[in-house]
Amino acid sequence: MPTIGDQHIVKSYDDELKLLHDALARMAGLTEVQLAAAIEALDKRDSDIATKVMNEDPKVDECEHFINEQTVRLLALRAPVADDLRMVISTLKAAGDIERIADHAANAAKRSLVLNQMPPVAPMRSLVRMGRLVAELLNEVLDAFLAHDAERALAVRSRDQEVDDLYSSLFREILTYMMEDPRTITACSHLMFIAKNIERVGDHATNIAEMTYFISTGRALGGQRPKRDTSSFEDGSSPA
Amino acid sequence: MPEAAEQIVATDIKMTARDVKVHYGEKMALKGVDLDFRTNEVTALIGPSGCGKSTFLRCLNRMNDTIGIARVTGQVTLDGDGLYGPGGIDPVLLRMRVGMVFQKPNPFPKSIYDNVAFGPRIHGLYRDNDHLDQIVTHALEKAGLWHEVKDRLYEKGTGISGGQQQRLCIARAIAVSPEVILMDEPCSALDPIATAKVEELIDELRENFTIVIVTHSMQQAARVSQRTAFFHLGDVIEVGDTEQIFTAPTQQLTQGYITGRFG
Ligand SMILES: Nc1ncnc2c1ncn2[C@@H]1O[C@H](COP(=O)(O)OP(=O)(O)OP(=O)(O)O)[C@@H](O)[C@H]1O
Ligand SMILES: [Mg+2]
Repeated sequence: MPTIGDQHIVKSYDDELKLLHDALARMAGLTEVQLAAAIEALDKRDSDIATKVMNEDPKVDECEHFINEQTVRLLALRAPVADDLRMVISTLKAAGDIERIADHAANAAKRSLVLNQMPPVAPMRSLVRMGRLVAELLNEVLDAFLAHDAERALAVRSRDQEVDDLYSSLFREILTYMMEDPRTITACSHLMFIAKNIERVGDHATNIAEMTYFISTGRALGGQRPKRDTSSFEDGSSPA
Repeated sequence: MPEAAEQIVATDIKMTARDVKVHYGEKMALKGVDLDFRTNEVTALIGPSGCGKSTFLRCLNRMNDTIGIARVTGQVTLDGDGLYGPGGIDPVLLRMRVGMVFQKPNPFPKSIYDNVAFGPRIHGLYRDNDHLDQIVTHALEKAGLWHEVKDRLYEKGTGISGGQQQRLCIARAIAVSPEVILMDEPCSALDPIATAKVEELIDELRENFTIVIVTHSMQQAARVSQRTAFFHLGDVIEVGDTEQIFTAPTQQLTQGYITGRFG
């Protein structure tokens, strides 16, 4: 009497799915390190670390490239269905998000090199705090994705609001700081871009959380996650 | 079976099966199947070998009557009328309304023309020879075979390629203007091109007929059907929209089968 198991009857199919999973795990690991290092480079004003982050970025791109090719292969040769299909498609999409995250980390590292040529500015402390939060959420969501753990992913998704709140308040802080001392405008502008980079990482992490939900349930998450980033309404004069 | 009980409450239901059980002697081959078939839809029946797909398909036009040891219980309806029991639809009339195409192309050893004209002749469905010509031409056109055979209508139906023979059998089935067409693995003996032609044909036939197809090709089920029912050991384990079955089946057994983890 037939039974169902964890493994496919065709073993090489299992091997190929595992190859895809492992490539994403490797890409995720690399990117976690990249983001953490970029934040450390900002915190410590360490140009060596920043340079290393920039140099390592192509490794993440290579992983994405491999995942793209492996996905095409699997779709063409195995025609996956059901949970296999959801895993393959979600991995492809997650790889796209992770690649963007690594880009944001590399961008932050690049700007930190410029910042290191100028005197330190106070809002950096808040920026680093936000960066650490985002890095924590990213690690959490990537673990959840690789484990197909929807519940854990949803918990991360609900915390993206914390990132948006930190971003809004950081934005105000930077504006106030620039107005008080116009000599910091150049440094603060770079800070703003870095803050935006980090905030975007949070959005990509949210995407990955939603894909985790799709992998394990087969349903897309309906409804918009509430957004409360008010920085676009700032004119610097009112506390909004 | 709560999944199978998820039935559609609509007026466009062509056939229904309720608690259909089949025994071959002592052996129970179907354990109580509930399924609905909607007009102008293709329903695919999938499941491992021996799970009862062909047995069930034969219940839909009383072909099991021809198997001595087969005993069918439960109710099957066509447009609300019962197939079995006293007052059931006459089997000969029934098989005209519910046609069947088999796994192996089985044209009669007659001319292509006579193969298609067979049903209309038996049932007296034509006024005169011109009318019969029309019916044959129309059925061959519908089956996508007209252009390939129009110059050899009086050659033997067994002398054309396997893919053409299968489309000839489809033409033969539709020549009597059935309402439902049952197909039991209609493409299993065909190459990919002939398969694609039959699949394209199934999609076109859907406009005028209700179709139930048994297939072992998951890809084929996904390509041609709107609804899919998964059979296992004589039960319907899950039935749903084909897209749902192939992206997010709700039952572990279904998932195991369609992903190839059944072993
Ligand atoms: N004429 C028959 N006499 C006795 N047993 C039969 C007969 N036809 C089918 N069976 C039995 O009934 C069960 C269901 O068979 P059926 O042919 O319906 O399966 P199926 O799902 O169509 O399989 P396949 O995919 O191999 O065609 C099997 O166990 C089979 O051995
Ligand atoms: Mg069969």
